Amino acid sequence: MVTRTPAPETAGPAATGAAAAKSLPAAETPLETELRRLAGSVPDPELPVLTLEELGVLRGVHLHDTGRVEVELTPTYTGCPAIETMAADIERVLHNRGMADVSVVTVLSPAWSTDDISAEGRRKLAEFGIAPPRPHTSEGPVPVALSVRCPHCGSTDTELLSRFSSTACKALRRCASCREPFDHFKEL
Amino acid sequence: MTGPSAATGAAHAAALALGDDALVLSHRLGEWAGHAPVLEEEVALANIALDLLGQARVLLGLAGDEDELAYLREERDFRNLQLVEQPNGDFAHTIARQLYFSVYQRLLYERLAAGDGELAALAAKAVKEVAYHQDHAEHWTLRLGDGTPESHERMQRACQTLWRYTGEMFQPVEGLDVDWQALRDTWLSATADVLGRATLTMPTGPQSGAWSAGAGRQGLHTEPFGRMLAEMQHLHRSHPGASW
Repeated sequence: MVTRTPAPETAGPAATGAAAAKSLPAAETPLETELRRLAGSVPDPELPVLTLEELGVLRGVHLHDTGRVEVELTPTYTGCPAIETMAADIERVLHNRGMADVSVVTVLSPAWSTDDISAEGRRKLAEFGIAPPRPHTSEGPVPVALSVRCPHCGSTDTELLSRFSSTACKALRRCASCREPFDHFKEL
Repeated sequence: MTGPSAATGAAHAAALALGDDALVLSHRLGEWAGHAPVLEEEVALANIALDLLGQARVLLGLAGDEDELAYLREERDFRNLQLVEQPNGDFAHTIARQLYFSVYQRLLYERLAAGDGELAALAAKAVKEVAYHQDHAEHWTLRLGDGTPESHERMQRACQTLWRYTGEMFQPVEGLDVDWQALRDTWLSATADVLGRATLTMPTGPQSGAWSAGAGRQGLHTEPFGRMLAEMQHLHRSHPGASW
């Protein structure tokens, strides 16, 4: 898998032509729409209740004239090891659809945010027992003011046990009402 | 300097310096696995290490082949700060190192993210992760500094011991367009603010040793770094091409 970084805009005349050609993507074809739907329906390997579409990490699916399919994925956290499994799962699904040449590239910009998780994704997280991330209200990346609701009993009387939990994207909390510990998909 | 172009060479030098910071600190934090005081901290330090390793992979990928750079370079070819290679020490030492570095990394990456250099995309992503690292270090600094007499004394000692490695953070890095003096001023006031709230006193004394002429960024490292590298690189060097 390749991480693509944008070429600096002042890189010279050779890069300018390439950038200009790239900046006008053609409209999505019906096949691309179908491939995008297939890739987006792949479940997240660590949170299988969510699809990659609902998680908001699928950035684009492009079918080139050569028949090669290029899929753009963005990682939740820079070091998230799940992205390699995501890429392999997408390749498998698209191979099964008959696409022989599939490449998955990771893109970093714009950076993924928990605001990219869809409303349906948030609902599924809560149902699964993980408190969904709160929407960003200001520019601060570590909001602490609003309380996190317990996904088990609905109480807002919860406390932070650890800023880091089973994966980088979650914090560990405990509910003071039902006493159950739970994971919170923390805001990024 | 010979290379494809001066700009590319400088950008690679910057990616190497920041990538080595992230890689080396990631490895040090990984050493806590199985040894942290409580399970939650074990998980927290491993998660911070994972974030840093992800950043290191992107940065070293910009500078060349990530595996070759991580596993096949000699000590003198690493460009990381001496601060990040310092041994974990007791938990207070690890927290002091985290505080000094995470405040620096956040301030630096905020500036890089606002620019349009090659590292802007990575910096914009990483700065959000680093905000959590800083938050973690701050909370532990407050707990230890404003805790028991024993924890206060050990946290104060850790801050003092690591102080002489902090000056190097503000020496210009080739390829980074940053106002280093302003960065240093902001870092000093942010650090003083946390230490003050933790009832700790700001360390005194020089921020670098007389023998450290820029040190880490020029490839000069402290003695424990060689042992760390030997362990980090042993498997790859003994069994080239080994995989799971």
